Amino acid sequence: MSTFWLILIVLAIAAGGYVIGRTRALGLAEGRRSALHSLPNHYGANAFMKSIVPAFGVMVIWLLAQPIFVANQVSDTIPEAEIAEGSSMGLVMAEVRRTANGISNAVASGEMERTFAEDPLAAPEAIAEQLKAAGQIVTSEITQPIWQAAQQYRAMNATGSAVMSIVVILIAIAAAAWGIREAKPDFRARNTVETGVRMLLLAAASIAILTTVGIVLSLVFNTVEFFRLYPASDFFFSLEWAPSFSGRGGSSELGILPLLWGTLYISLVALAVSVPIGLFSAIYLSEYASPRVRAIAKPMLEILAGIPTIVYGLFALLTVGPMLVSVFGEGGLLGVSWQGGGRAVMTAGTVMGIMLIPFVSSLSDDIINAVPQAMRDGSYGLGATRSETIRQVILPAALPGIVGAILLAASRAIGETMIVVLGAGAAARLSLNPFEAMTTVTAKIVSQLTGDSDFASPEALVAFALGMSLFVITLGLNVFALYIVRKYREQYD
Amino acid sequence: MSDATLHTPKPKTSIIDTDARTKKRNAAEKRFRIYGMTAILIGVFFLFVLAFTIIRSGLPAFTQTVVAVDFTMSEQQYEEAEGTLFKTRVYQDFFNAALQEKLETQGIEVAFDTDAIERIMGKTGGTLREFYNANTNQLGQSVSFELSASSRVDGYMNGRVTRETLQDSRFLMLSDLDLVDALIKADIIRTAFNWNFITGADSGVDNPGGAGIGASVIGSFFMMLVVLFLSLPIGVAASIYLEEFAPQNRFTDLIEVNISNLAAVPSIVFGILGLAVFIQFMHLPQSAPLVGGLVLTLMTLPTIIISTRASLKAVPPSIREAALGVGASKMQAVFHHVLPLAMPGILTGTIIGLAQALGETAPLLLIGMVGFVARGYPDGFVAGFTDPNSAMPAQIYTWAARADAGFYEKAWGGIIVLLIFLLTMNAIAILLRRRFERRW
Repeated sequence: MSTFWLILIVLAIAAGGYVIGRTRALGLAEGRRSALHSLPNHYGANAFMKSIVPAFGVMVIWLLAQPIFVANQVSDTIPEAEIAEGSSMGLVMAEVRRTANGISNAVASGEMERTFAEDPLAAPEAIAEQLKAAGQIVTSEITQPIWQAAQQYRAMNATGSAVMSIVVILIAIAAAAWGIREAKPDFRARNTVETGVRMLLLAAASIAILTTVGIVLSLVFNTVEFFRLYPASDFFFSLEWAPSFSGRGGSSELGILPLLWGTLYISLVALAVSVPIGLFSAIYLSEYASPRVRAIAKPMLEILAGIPTIVYGLFALLTVGPMLVSVFGEGGLLGVSWQGGGRAVMTAGTVMGIMLIPFVSSLSDDIINAVPQAMRDGSYGLGATRSETIRQVILPAALPGIVGAILLAASRAIGETMIVVLGAGAAARLSLNPFEAMTTVTAKIVSQLTGDSDFASPEALVAFALGMSLFVITLGLNVFALYIVRKYREQYD
Repeated sequence: MSDATLHTPKPKTSIIDTDARTKKRNAAEKRFRIYGMTAILIGVFFLFVLAFTIIRSGLPAFTQTVVAVDFTMSEQQYEEAEGTLFKTRVYQDFFNAALQEKLETQGIEVAFDTDAIERIMGKTGGTLREFYNANTNQLGQSVSFELSASSRVDGYMNGRVTRETLQDSRFLMLSDLDLVDALIKADIIRTAFNWNFITGADSGVDNPGGAGIGASVIGSFFMMLVVLFLSLPIGVAASIYLEEFAPQNRFTDLIEVNISNLAAVPSIVFGILGLAVFIQFMHLPQSAPLVGGLVLTLMTLPTIIISTRASLKAVPPSIREAALGVGASKMQAVFHHVLPLAMPGILTGTIIGLAQALGETAPLLLIGMVGFVARGYPDGFVAGFTDPNSAMPAQIYTWAARADAGFYEKAWGGIIVLLIFLLTMNAIAILLRRRFERRW
């Protein structure tokens, strides 16, 4: 029975509980609603909630725990000899899991007989042949122990799911019966239901914490695993980035510094484009523009922020890159040959700058608008022109906020992925030439984790260490930006 | 008495003529103003360049070059073809003969070359044989065929391939272009709307002409279903708790800090989370819209919570107090009165959050929704969530990363489709706000 149907059954039981609970309360009060402590619906809702919450709770925990338990049991049966040189338990277990899924699909499609699937001594060639016939992926040779482990895995999972369905349905029924039993006129159903709803609201709000915990745990565990395979000092201080996927360990150079340099260089170019344009736009919009101009120009700039980053990435790769080459490349307009290919720091940086213009402008706009009118009036009263007022009164007053906005934009630039994946290139380089291709932390996370990686080699695990560094840097920048804004903010009455 | 008043300069300036210093200051003022205007114009200019590029490069993806021929096959020809050893070859010969005749009757003189025909429209014999074997009753009648032309001819039609840039290859020779021109003149080769691009699935790396975005639109649709059904209830519940019930304590502060930090975490980190937790740990299927939806849910939750809280805050306290005053419990006041009044704002925020999630690419790359995954439609509703599929932005990335330049056109076309969806969603959000927004 699939989880989908189980959910439906539990919902049906709970709905039954609702109807019975409500009817019972009304019946016991002999139809006089005023004799009930709460509204009739509250008695129904009590039974509904009582049955649904524990049932789904048990189901979620079971679904999370069962794979771990089964994997532990199955891995105990696999002999040490089965784990080949350069392989690991995780890889063998992945193979077992793939085989088990293959068997299930092959049986479902009718390519494999049920009795054959349960035969522990089946010939490996026949297994591979039948799996392939059913359109399943067979990567390596299926040996007898793996076959048996896969069978055990399948059997345990089947029993587990069956037991889970029974347990969950029994819990739902028992809890619904409990809720129905409570449905007496003097039972404070509303208070119970409202406390329950409050708990559910709290649980929903806690998902934010769970997400953060999930991010931190998944980064930390894999990063620690990576540092066990690859020395941390090399990762942080090596000047070379040269992963190899042919050999495992030792032969790869995985230094973060070239990637960090590329990230910072591209972000710098992006800020050099977006800060002047964004800041001057904000000043013009808030100080000079008539309401009509503002009503047109501000949404137009903000459209730039709503465009998906993949569009900017394509724009960088196919439009800006070739255009820059035709200016700065060989035989270009300037007659210099600085730029070799379309993918370069300038390409990605310029396009990222365009993306960040509305980010800088709308944040700065808010901050400039927050400067009190009295300060402007005072300045005008002393005879200053508008631009003098802006430069000498408004900008100093808004400076902390503007610095905060720029820092937030920088954190955006550092975490941006699609533009650099398509526009910046793939080669890690420590170079000062902005027309050369460089790569960034985010682009390398993508390239190390896409494709058939097994998550056990240092070349794949390094992506988690990169992700950790990225997470720490962006979080630090955000916290720092908020700190600056709070600390140096001028308080006007 | 201060220095300033002691040494008052002689008032020699006139109020009619401006002095040099005032002129300088006014010039500076003017310059500053021009800087601001330039900045805005640059921003708007970028927007127009972007829009222009998208439309110019993307529109060819919606058309395809077809070879439209009315062809009649008699019963004797059919039997003759079926009687020989190389059956499709004979079909092809008949077809070529008919084509040549058509050109001659229109009085267009051009060197006719059967190999060139093959390069222009592929091997037509197989298609014809398949058709006539399936529809024997069409024999002897005129049937209009629309065969798709090769991608090089397609490129020649929309300017990607020109006589100057074309190099002779087994795909298309320079000399073939004369024949193409003649066929265009005879209205046999023409452009038609490419329905396959909108409804079709991804094609292999060497067939840009057959690639369609339809399958990945379905992938995106299932992902958005997951995002909608998880993030709307969870987001609303979390906002109600934080805005209406949360006590002032450290736990509440912790939640608030977490939400504001999650809103600033780079999207790729959410992809890492999805990979580690949903695929590595929970063993959910790779490349499945379900997993993509879960990751995007976690990513859009902060956005939805922030906008929902703003709209809950906008409901005046008098509404709550009136409800409490007539005997409603706190919960009833919120769910019966505050929430319905805040609903338009919440829906607007949710649609904007969904639009943001629809365009997100980076996390999808990590959970494997990239590459040749959108090769077919899902089998059913439940399979739509778990079968490997791509999503629109990930499909666009896949095309952009392929070597054949024919796919770039598809990528731009895919962007047009994506932007149409985004514009529609944002338009609905704006309409909702205009129609239902209430000011107290």
